[in-house]
Order: sequence, then structure tokens, then C-alpha cells
Amino acid sequence: MIVQRKALSWWERLYIPALLSGFRVTLRHFFKKKVTMQYPEERWVVPEGYRGAPYLVKDQDERTKCVSCQLCEFVCPPKAIKITPPGPTVNHSTGNVEKEPADFEINMLRCIFCGYCQEVCPEEAIFLQKDYSLTGESREEMIYHKDKLLDLGGVHQDGIKKWEKKLKDAEAQGMTS
Amino acid sequence: MELLSETSTLQSILLFGLLKVVLVIAVLMPMISYSVMAERRICAAIQDRIGPNRVGPFGLLQPIADGLKFLLKEDFTPHHVRKVYFWLAPAVSMIPPFLTIAVIPFGSTLGSQNMVIANLNVGILFTFSVVSLGVYGIVLAGYASNSKYPFLGGIRASAQMISYEIAMGMSVVPLFMLVGDLNLGKVIAYQASGAWLIFKQPLAFVIFLVAAFAETNRLPFDLPESETELVSGYHTEYSSMKFALFFLGEYAAMISISALMVTLFLGGWTLPFWGLAAPASSLIGGLIHIGIFLVKLGLFMGLFIWIRWMLPRFRYDQLMDLGWRRFLPLALLNIVVTAAFLWFFQSN
Repeated sequence: MIVQRKALSWWERLYIPALLSGFRVTLRHFFKKKVTMQYPEERWVVPEGYRGAPYLVKDQDERTKCVSCQLCEFVCPPKAIKITPPGPTVNHSTGNVEKEPADFEINMLRCIFCGYCQEVCPEEAIFLQKDYSLTGESREEMIYHKDKLLDLGGVHQDGIKKWEKKLKDAEAQGMTS
Repeated sequence: MELLSETSTLQSILLFGLLKVVLVIAVLMPMISYSVMAERRICAAIQDRIGPNRVGPFGLLQPIADGLKFLLKEDFTPHHVRKVYFWLAPAVSMIPPFLTIAVIPFGSTLGSQNMVIANLNVGILFTFSVVSLGVYGIVLAGYASNSKYPFLGGIRASAQMISYEIAMGMSVVPLFMLVGDLNLGKVIAYQASGAWLIFKQPLAFVIFLVAAFAETNRLPFDLPESETELVSGYHTEYSSMKFALFFLGEYAAMISISALMVTLFLGGWTLPFWGLAAPASSLIGGLIHIGIFLVKLGLFMGLFIWIRWMLPRFRYDQLMDLGWRRFLPLALLNIVVTAAFLWFFQSN
């Protein structure tokens, strides 16, 4: 298709109408509300279901949900997760019915926020949360350990309350002291 | 004071001349860096952004941070450049705008001193000859860089200069036919006694204004630089302080050409009311005159900056067409009409 180009009139060829409309447009935008978000002070609202940094969660009874199964460590594509299992030491407060990890490291420099850990976790203990800007002054600082991850993770309401049952079972068997 | 009265005329000329040079440079350099700042803020506002506002209150220390950055950056010289010209070009593009300022009267009097560094009788000829030297810096940069984009930028700069310099020169001829003198101080005195020349010679003003945009390589005529097709034109190969010199040179050229337009068309440091047209008798009056000059200068700088974010770049041939086939005949016509007008009225 050939589009015929309209011949400019004498007035249009003077370039003055173009100048005037240019001034109008730039002047309008000059006084318009600015769209810049001044980042550290203003932040965008993170949408529901956003996949930010993965953190560990506790249930409503302040118990760590992670049981050191190491599935997340295994599935993690960039190998950002490293779990140190508790070994044979007995934690009397939980009756030692589940293995709370001795340490849980996520290297946030390696993490790609893929969400596989959340998907694979049988205990619903790790979730990708809303943090997207992680900063630190050294590489060591960017390796988040268990305490920090639990602090950042917060509480996840657990409907099953598996721990309560486990604790009763443990008491019935006389494993707590 | 005793020391001053003892000095001879030559000594006092030297002393005050030097003092004025130092003062003008001291005012000009911050003006250049803050016009860069103004450019960034205005451009941001036009594009619905905020612009640099982090360094210092309202981002006012941004130019200082920029300057520091330029000083500390690695000064990289590519191996394929012609070294001597490569080093010469930034200086050549930086010096002419500063020289132009020397003949511009930026105020009436301060004490017994005229507020102009060099009161030349051939002021306007001097400015034209010096301003047109500025393009050599760009052409030289294009040649010295020895690679394709700077080369194209240099060629464009020279073609652009040829197309515009003549129309520019021709456009101010009627002014001097009216004034009868080439001294810029006399031009201001003429405007103070009658109407400003922008009202008497609007056509000359329009031609000069457009030519000024081309002369300073500002959009819509920034063909030597044109980021979209020539990377960044003549200064593609430059980095660090050498780039900063080109950058400062561009803004200094804007300031000097604005100062020239203020002097030629807007009555320089005068205002036609409140008795501000006559040379100041007191120190405060002199300062007010300098202030008036700076405000007018600022208006032109604002126009320069605003136009940049308003108009798209002209094509190469459109620019030459505009220079040779529109503005040159118009400027010649303007000369003839003015001459006829003067002849008619003076012979009566």
C-alpha cells in the first residue's frame, strides 16, 4: 500500500506551527506530576505471590518448621542452600521428635529466587517472601544463617499443628524430661 | 587607595584588567557547571522526571560531584589516534567561547571602571572571528580521533559552520548600519536611547538566533554530535577531562553566544524604565546592571535548554538548505531593505 504524503501548506512549511505545538507539549509536561519514584524513601507495593528472597518460617507456636530433610539443598539449582543437620544431640524442648537444623545457610549472592525450595519443601518451612533488594558490605554478610532467616521469615499459620500431636506422642513414650 | 592614586594609567589598566579577567572567569566557570545542572533538571521536568536531586540540598552540589568525577576518571587515549591533535582539540574548542566574553559589556560601570574586559572598537568583528574558531576544535577532534564516527562528526561540523556562519554574519549587518559603530558598548548605548534592536530588526534576530543554535551545536542542529547515528560524534574517542573540556566548551559557547545576543538585541545591561538605561553612578547601580545582564543571559540559556528537549534533530541536507537557501537570501534582503530605509529617511 502506498500512502500519499499530504503536501504541507505554506503556513505549515514555515515551521512555526510545529514550534508552537512543541512548546505547548513541553510546557504541559514541564508542569505535570512527575512519575519518578524516589526509591529508598518511596517503594512500590509488592504484589501478592511475589517471589522474592526465600526465608524460613515458624509456626504459630514459635517452633521452627524445618526438619533438615535437605530436599531444598538438593533441588537448589545454584547450590545456594547449605543445611547442617543437628546430629545425635537431643533437643529436650521439642522432644527431639523432629530434626531442627543446627544451621541453615542461604547464600543470597547465589540464590536466583526460583522458588524450587518452597515447592519441594514437605514441611512448608521455607517461603519466597517480598524482599527484593538485599544489601551487605561483604560476601560473608550475604550468607544468611538460620537465626537471620527465621527472623526475616516470620510466622506461617499452620493448620495441621503437627507438633502438638508429636509432642503428645513423645510425652506418652516418656521421651521428654 | 594611596597605592591606587600613585599607579600610572598603564599600571591601573593592567591591574583592573587582570582583576576583571579573574572575576569574569570566577563567575563564568560556576555558571557553566550550573547551566549543565539546569539543563539536567529542566530536561527531567519536560520528560516527567525529577532529575538529579541527591547531592546536597535540592541536588545543588551535583555539578561539583560531576567535576570531581571527571577529574578522577581514567584519561584513556586510544592507540589509533593522532596524539598531538587529539590533545590539542579539546583546548581549541574550549578557548574561543572564553575569548568572546572578553569584548561583551556585562555591566555599565563599577566605580570608575567600565564593566567590559576589552572595549574594542571592532568588537563584533572580533567576536565573529573568534567564535568561528570554535569549530576547528570539533573538526580537529574528528580528524585526530582517526575513526569513522568522529570523522563524520567533524565533516558535519565543518559543513554546518560554512552554512551558518555567513547567514549569521549577514544578519547582524543591518544592526550596525543602524548603529553606525562596531563597538558593542555603542550598540548598547544606541539601544538605550531608542528601542531595543529586537523590535527594530526582528528578522535579523530570528536568523541570528537560529544560527546561534547551529553555531553552538545545540539541538535541533547538533549534527556533529548526534548520538542516535554517530555514537557521540566528534568526542566519541574522548574520555575523562578531555571530554569534560568539550562539554564545558559547549556550555561556554552557549553562554557567550547568549551574552552576544543580549548585547546585540536585548539592550545588554540596560532596562528602558526606572532610569536603568543610563550608566550607573553608584556601586549598587553598577551591580544592578550586572544583575540585569545576568538575568537576560539566563533567559537565553533557558531558551537554549528548552529548545533542545522540544525539537527533533534536523537532517544534514535540511540544515544546509535552511542556511543557504532560506536564511542567506533573507539576511541579504534585510540588508537591502534596511539600507533603503536609511537612505530614504536620511536623504529627506
